[in-house]
Amino acid sequence: MTGRGMKNFLVLRLLQAGIVAVVVGALCFVLMRVLPGDAAMRIAAGRYGPDARITDAAAKIRIELGLDRPLAVQFFEWLGSLARFDLGHSLVTGSPVAHELQVQLGASVWLAAAALLLSLLIGPIVGLLGGLKPGGTADRMGLFGAVTFRAVPPFVLGLVLMLVFSRQLGWLPPAGFGSPREILLPALTLALGLAAISSRVTRNAVAAVARAPYFAFARYKGLPEAVVVRRHGLRNAAIPVVSYLGLQAIYLIEGVVVVESLFAYPGIGHALVHAIIERDVPMVQGTALTMGLMFVAIAAAVDLLTYWLDPRMGKNA
Amino acid sequence: MPIAKAFFLTLMLGAAMPVAPAGAEVLKVAGPWEIAGIEPAQTGYVFSRLQVAETLVTTDRQGALVPGLAESWSVSDDGLVWTFKLRRNAKFHDGTAVTAENVAESLQRTLAGVGVLAQAPIAGIAAEGGDVRVSLTKPFSPLPAYLVHFSTIILAPSSLEAGKVVRIVGTGPYKVKSLTPPARLELEASGTWWGGEPGIAQVNYLAVGQGETRALMAESGEADLVFSMLPVSVDRLKANPKLDVRIATIPRTRLIKVNAASPFFDQVEERQAISAAIDRVGTTKVILRNPDLAATQLFPPAMKGWNDPEVQPLEKNLDKARALLKSAGWVPGSDGILEKDGKRFSVTMLTYASWPELPPLATALQAQLRQVGIDVKVSVGNSSEIPARHKDGTLEMGLVSRLYSIVPDPVGTLLQDYGPTGSDWGSMGWDNKEMQQIVEKLAASSDPKVREPLRKRAVEILQQELPSIPVTWSELAIVSSKRINGVEVDPLEVNYGLSAIRWAQ
Repeated sequence: MTGRGMKNFLVLRLLQAGIVAVVVGALCFVLMRVLPGDAAMRIAAGRYGPDARITDAAAKIRIELGLDRPLAVQFFEWLGSLARFDLGHSLVTGSPVAHELQVQLGASVWLAAAALLLSLLIGPIVGLLGGLKPGGTADRMGLFGAVTFRAVPPFVLGLVLMLVFSRQLGWLPPAGFGSPREILLPALTLALGLAAISSRVTRNAVAAVARAPYFAFARYKGLPEAVVVRRHGLRNAAIPVVSYLGLQAIYLIEGVVVVESLFAYPGIGHALVHAIIERDVPMVQGTALTMGLMFVAIAAAVDLLTYWLDPRMGKNA
Repeated sequence: MPIAKAFFLTLMLGAAMPVAPAGAEVLKVAGPWEIAGIEPAQTGYVFSRLQVAETLVTTDRQGALVPGLAESWSVSDDGLVWTFKLRRNAKFHDGTAVTAENVAESLQRTLAGVGVLAQAPIAGIAAEGGDVRVSLTKPFSPLPAYLVHFSTIILAPSSLEAGKVVRIVGTGPYKVKSLTPPARLELEASGTWWGGEPGIAQVNYLAVGQGETRALMAESGEADLVFSMLPVSVDRLKANPKLDVRIATIPRTRLIKVNAASPFFDQVEERQAISAAIDRVGTTKVILRNPDLAATQLFPPAMKGWNDPEVQPLEKNLDKARALLKSAGWVPGSDGILEKDGKRFSVTMLTYASWPELPPLATALQAQLRQVGIDVKVSVGNSSEIPARHKDGTLEMGLVSRLYSIVPDPVGTLLQDYGPTGSDWGSMGWDNKEMQQIVEKLAASSDPKVREPLRKRAVEILQQELPSIPVTWSELAIVSSKRINGVEVDPLEVNYGLSAIRWAQ
């Protein structure tokens, strides 16, 4: 990519990020308002729990938060704050949304990163072994594993891992956060689901590369097998795997919601579910916004990585 | 393959490395409550139960009121002024003394917010001559019980910034070392408690929402003390030789809230029929794994004086249910569903999942009511839906879980629940003058001789009129590791007594 190409690329992505911010914010705002149920009542139940006198609390909350003001006023207020990089305060906990995101999204990013790392240790290796000899034992075992781990929902997989590693072996804690010890089980739950797919993607890519004329040529010219795989196999096979990583981010977001609740891991998935139930609009908007921007960033990173792996792509674009 | 080997070693290393428990001297506690916001009205119960903050009055294990931060209290002859005498040796965690001024200020803030204090007829709270005076607009005997509620925990002035609670500086045996909302709270001995030093100096609390995960925490030894176990896990945990399981009945009743103003439940026969149609014993046996929890009356046996062993118990009797419905004018239609004046007996039962047992209970009730020709649709929503539908009058039936020890004197709850307009979790469309007068009199008098017959009559009316149809009582299961001694269950869940726990020798 030339300097100019890079500049265009960045401007395009920044523009995309801006559009994502406004669209996501507006959508959240509208969707949260059209949901059935009284917002003040929901917030009251979220704050004071189901034993409290919710009707009385809701009356106070309605005044405190100005929920009876026109919707347009409330929306433009949010937009104005956003322009000042202020995401507001959570309606339930009262602390700044930015702070909650820092803690909870931070926790989730660690979990997602650990899961991705584990899945990269498992998936591509299993796929590589299978792809080099399609139809062989490694390939069949890989297929069986992939089907099993993708078919089992994360909730069940998580429980099984807990039973094995916590209850039977006593190696890892079934819940908690803060140390590498506690992140392993939830990360492994997610990683197995991720690796199930990435191993198949890798396997197919490797199998395609192994059939390619340049791969055969490398062998014919007398390169040792390890060098053939490393120099001609890995880089070419990596392209679809890397592009696929972008898509896996979506699986991760979907997965963290369940896995975080199961493992009592205080991440953003768990927080988002609570925020939606409790009509914590600033929290939902802040979370959705940050996640939307993360997707833009991930897409950009994947593009750059693919270009680095295969410079031909930039020329065609 | 070197990579595969490296990967294998990494995994094994990761798994093997942490086997040695880090910091074995920390008492690890797990419970279902998340700490979302530290405003006492929201999550004060976490700090009260874990003994970080204290209230003026507290309860003993039998539920009787005993001194907390207040050493004693008395009421003026006209019943309008309560005086609370404070402990001399109480100190906040920041080292400052607990003065009457601090306490009055802390309570005034509570009074202005959301919580039970705002529901008592309080005219003012002031510090006078080293005591705290609460003046009332009318005599109100349960006032000390209101001061047990977690929203009334006494916090030091240094807890506040710009009128908001930003940290918990209490008076209990433990102080907050670090708090990571919503899941983790680390505590250490405060060194300033009037009651001495706690047996174990370090406590870590972890909020674990899933019941199954909590059970696994206990089984794997990752938690020494785990609160609120699911009924399905209890038998398995009891069989574990490393664990102790303690169970207490708590003053919580799961009940059907009916709209007594709707054409389906306006006659007492209809409500009695619903009560006779449900199989409490079978339901509790299957869903709660304990048939003794079948609610044969509104208040559970643990509520002495409120549970009346002489009252005619509520029992399943399908023939009686059918006869009652017939006398109320309901006759079976062509499809077996009852009809009256061309209207089908088809109602919606709202419930919520804040307590995991409510949705399965609702579907069990649905099947049971179908047997007498009542068509029930179950709708599981948010807990705020029931108060909302109470308010706009559209609720037909709701399955709710009602706590009678929000203040340890149930009169506090009855005042709300069975007043002229009912309340969120109480009656709806049921306007019973006799009941209202009884509750008013109970609230005004603290003389046991006056209260006893009133209490008996109130229980009779509720049993006869069934503005709320009791289904099951509740229990609290606590699991502890054999590594610790001195665990007690507090049925009112005011204070879990962590400071009395010691490591087993």
